[in-house]
Amino acid sequence: MNEFFTLMKSELVITAIIFLLLFIKIGKGMKNDSLLSLVQALLLINFIVGFFFNKEGNLFGDMFYTSSLIVFQKNILSLGVYLISLLCSDWLKKTEHLPEFFILMLSALLGMFLMISSGNLLIFYLSLELATIPVAAMANFDLHKKRSSEGAMKMILSSAFSSGILLFGISLIYGITGTLSFAAIPGQLDGSTLQILGFVFLVAAFAFKLSIVPFHLWTADVYEGSPVAVTAFLSVISKGSIAFIFITALYKVFAPMQDVWYMMLVIFAIITMVIGNLFAIRQQNIKRFLAFSSIAQVGFILVGMSSGSNIGITAVVYFILIYTFSNLAAFGVAAVIAEQTGKENIDDYKGLYKTNPFLCWILALALFSLAGIPPTAGFFGKLFLITAGATKASFTFIIIAALNMIISLYYYLRVIRAAFMDKNESPIGKIKLGIAVKLGLIICAAGILLVGLFSWIYDYINSLS
Amino acid sequence: MNLLFLIGLPLLTAVAVLLSRNKQQVKWIALAGSIAQLGLAFVLFFIYQQERNSGNAAQMLFEQNYPLFASLNINFHFGVDGISIAMILLTAFVVVAGVLVSWKIEKMTKEFYFLLLLLGMGAYGFFISLDLFILFFFLEISVIPKYLLIGIWGSGKKEYSANKLALMLMGGSALILVGMLGLYFAGGRSFDILTLSKATISAGYQSLLFPLLFVGFGVFTALFPLHTWVPDGHSSAPTAGSMFLAGISMKLGGYGCLRVATYLLPEGAKEFADIIIILSAIAILYGAFATMMQKDLKYINAYSSVSHVGFSLLGIGMLTQTAITGALMQMVSHGLMTALFFAVIGMIYDRTHTRMVGDMGGLMKKLPFISTIFFIVGLCSLGLPGLSGFVAEMTIFMGSWQNTDAFHRIATIAAAMSIVVTAVYILRAIGNTVMGPIKNENYLTLKDAAWNEKLAAILLVAGILAIGIVPGWLNDLLRPAAEEIMNRIAGK
Repeated sequence: MNEFFTLMKSELVITAIIFLLLFIKIGKGMKNDSLLSLVQALLLINFIVGFFFNKEGNLFGDMFYTSSLIVFQKNILSLGVYLISLLCSDWLKKTEHLPEFFILMLSALLGMFLMISSGNLLIFYLSLELATIPVAAMANFDLHKKRSSEGAMKMILSSAFSSGILLFGISLIYGITGTLSFAAIPGQLDGSTLQILGFVFLVAAFAFKLSIVPFHLWTADVYEGSPVAVTAFLSVISKGSIAFIFITALYKVFAPMQDVWYMMLVIFAIITMVIGNLFAIRQQNIKRFLAFSSIAQVGFILVGMSSGSNIGITAVVYFILIYTFSNLAAFGVAAVIAEQTGKENIDDYKGLYKTNPFLCWILALALFSLAGIPPTAGFFGKLFLITAGATKASFTFIIIAALNMIISLYYYLRVIRAAFMDKNESPIGKIKLGIAVKLGLIICAAGILLVGLFSWIYDYINSLS
Repeated sequence: MNLLFLIGLPLLTAVAVLLSRNKQQVKWIALAGSIAQLGLAFVLFFIYQQERNSGNAAQMLFEQNYPLFASLNINFHFGVDGISIAMILLTAFVVVAGVLVSWKIEKMTKEFYFLLLLLGMGAYGFFISLDLFILFFFLEISVIPKYLLIGIWGSGKKEYSANKLALMLMGGSALILVGMLGLYFAGGRSFDILTLSKATISAGYQSLLFPLLFVGFGVFTALFPLHTWVPDGHSSAPTAGSMFLAGISMKLGGYGCLRVATYLLPEGAKEFADIIIILSAIAILYGAFATMMQKDLKYINAYSSVSHVGFSLLGIGMLTQTAITGALMQMVSHGLMTALFFAVIGMIYDRTHTRMVGDMGGLMKKLPFISTIFFIVGLCSLGLPGLSGFVAEMTIFMGSWQNTDAFHRIATIAAAMSIVVTAVYILRAIGNTVMGPIKNENYLTLKDAAWNEKLAAILLVAGILAIGIVPGWLNDLLRPAAEEIMNRIAGK
C-alpha cells in the first residue's frame, strides 16, 4: 500500500486537485480571481512535490511503472502546466467555466502521466484517450467563436481516426506476439511482415498526435481556432508527453526493429522539418505561425530520436525541457496581446518595441531560442539533437537538418523584425501585465537563459536515461 | 593570468550598462569598461611575453579546463597562443574606438551599448576557446547583436541587409556545425582542438570535412563568392556596427579558417589549397575593381575589405610559414585600418549628411583633423611603407614567393597587381572628398572632430603605426604559432 502511494504520487496529487476543483464547483463556487490563484498555488505545489519521495518500481503487474527519468519527464509537464496557468491568466480570469477548464486540463495531464508510466499497450491506449478527449473539449472553450468549435470538431475527428488506427495496430501486434506487455513484446519480435505492418499502424498513430508530416493537417486549424491557453497546452505539454512515450516505445519495446524505424524516422524528420518550415514562412496569424514552427521543431526532435542510443533520449528530454520554456514564452506574449487587443497577426506586432519593450525582449529571446541561437538554451538543445542524430553518421541527413536551421531562422526573424524594426503609425498600445503573467514570463526567460548554461542539467538527464 | 576575466569583464560591463539609469551613465560605464578591457589585453600581452621570454615553450599558455557537458566530453577549455593574443589586442582596440565614436547615439542608447559590448564579448570568447563547441557558441552569440544593430540603428535598406547577413552567416554556421560534428566523431568524441590536432584522421575524411569548415568560416570572412553580405551589411550598419563587423567579426572567420580548418585538417588543406588561392585571387582583384565603381564611401570601404581580406585567405592558401604569418598580420592590420576607415566615414557623414564622394570636396579646409586621419587610413589601405598595410601585404607576398612553381607565382603577381588598382580608387576618393574647393556652402560651418572622435582615431592610428614602424613585435608574436601550424601541415 505504501508503495502504491509513493510510486503513483504524481497521479494522486493531480487526482486530488481535480476532486478539489469538482467540490468547489458543486459547492458554493468561488470568484474566478481567487480560484485562479488557488489553482496556481496548487499547481506550483504539484510541481515542487514532484521532486520528492521518488522511487522506481512497478505496480499492477507491470501495467504501471516509474523511474527517475519518468519522474523527471512528469516534472517537465507539471512545470509547463503551471506556466500556462500563469501566462494565460488574463484569458482564464474571463472564462465563464474556470473550474471545468482546469478539471479538463488536469484530467488530460493525468492521462499523460499514466501514459508515460504505462507498461502495457492496453493502459497506454486508455491513458492516451484520457489525454486527448478533454483537450478537444478545451479547444472549444471560446464558446462564442465558431472557429473554436470548428477546431474542436477537427481535433476530435482526427483523434478518433488516429485512435482507430492505433487500436488496429495494437490488435495486430497482440495477434502476432500474444502479449500486450512492454516487457514481453521485444522477445517476440522477429521482423516478420505482419509485425512491421502492425508497427507501422502504431507509428502512424504517434505521428498523428505529434503532427509529423504528412499526418499534420489537423494542427494548424486546431491551433488557430483554440484559445491560446489550449494551443500552448497542445503544442508543448501534449507534444512533449507523446514524444516521451514515443521514444520509450521505440527504444525499449521495438528495439529489435531498430533498422525499420531508423529509416522511418529519418524520412519523417526530413519531410517534417522541410514542410513545417516552408509553411511557417507564409503564415500571418501568430498562432498558425507557431503551429507550423512547432511542426518543424518536432522534425528536429525526430533527428535526435533517430540516434537509437542513450544520447538520443537525453537530447530529446533536454530539448523538450528547453522547448517548454521557449515555446511557452512565445505563446505567453501572444496570449497577452491577443487577450488585451484582440490582435493575432504578425503585421499587428509592427512597432511593438516602442510601446512594450519588455514583451519584445521576451518574444525575441523565445524566438531566438526556438531558432537555436546562443546564448539561449535553444542553441544547446538543437545542437545536442543534431549531435545525437549524427551518431549514426549520415552526412546528408545532418546537412539537411543544419540547413533547416537557416530556413527557420528566416521566419523567426520576420517576427522579430516586425516587433523591433518596422515602423507603424498606430502600434499596439501599452499593455498592462498582471503579476502572474509577469512572473510566468520571467520564469520562462530565466529558463531560456540559464538551462543551457547550467550544464549539469544535461548531465543529470544523461545519468537518468 | 585567468583568461575568464576576458569574458567576465565585458559581460559585467554589459550588465552594468543594462542596469544604469540614464544615457550619460550608460556611455561612461561602457567607456570605462572598454578601457579596462584594453588594459586587460595589454596586461595579458605583457605577461604572455614575459612567460615566453622565460622559456615557456608550451603551445598554449594560461590554459584552463573545466568540464561543461561532461557526458558529451565538452569542456570549457581556454588558452592563448600568439595568434590569440594579437586578435585579443585588435578586439580591445576596436571596442574602445567603437564605444567612443558612438557617443552621440540618441536612439535606445542603453540597448545599443549593451549589444555592442555583447558583440565584443563574443569575440574575446571566440579567440581564447580551445574547444570547438565553445568556439562555435561564441561565434554564434554574435548573430543577435549583429542583426539587431543593423536592423534597428542602421541606415538605407537596413532590414534587407540585416536579414541577408544573419541568414548567410547562419548558412556558414550550418556548414561549420556539420564539419565540427564530423571532427567530433572522427577524433574519438572530442571537441578539443589540442586533442583533435593529435588525432589521426584519414586523408579521405579530411578532404570531406575541410571544405565544410573552410567554406563555413569563409562566409564570415567574405570568401569569394560568398562575400555578398559584406557590402550590404557594412554599408547599412551604424558606424560602430560597421567597425565591429569589418574589424572584428570578419577576423573570426579568418581565425577559424586557420585554426580549425587548416590546422586540424592539414591533408584537406593541402588538397584544396589551390582552390583557395584561385578564389582569394579572384576576391582580391574583383574587390579592387568593384571598389573603383563605387561612389558611396561605405561601399568603397566594404568592397575594398573584400579585397583586403582576400589577402589573408591567399596567405593561408599559400601554406608557407611566412605567408601564414603575413595572413595573420593582415588580419590585425586590416582590422585596425578598416575600423578607422569606417569611423572616419561616420564622422564625415555626421557632418555632411552624405556619403557620396561626388557631393563632397575641400573638407581639409574645415575639417583638418578628420581629413588628416582619412589621409593616413587611405595610405595604409594602399600599402604605403611605414603603415601596417605595407608590412602585412609584403610579408604575404614574400611568403607566397617561396612557392616556386608557375601557378603560385602567377597568383602572387595577380594579387600584387591589385595594389595599383587600390591606389587608384583610394587616391581618387581622398582627392574628391578632402582636396579641392569646397563645393557646398553648408560645409563652411562644419566643426572638426570632438574629443571622443579624436581619441578613437588616435588610438587606432597608434595601432597602425605600431605595426607599421616596428613590426618586429607582431612578427615575433605570430611566427611561433604559425610555425606550429606549418609543422602540422608538413606532418612533423
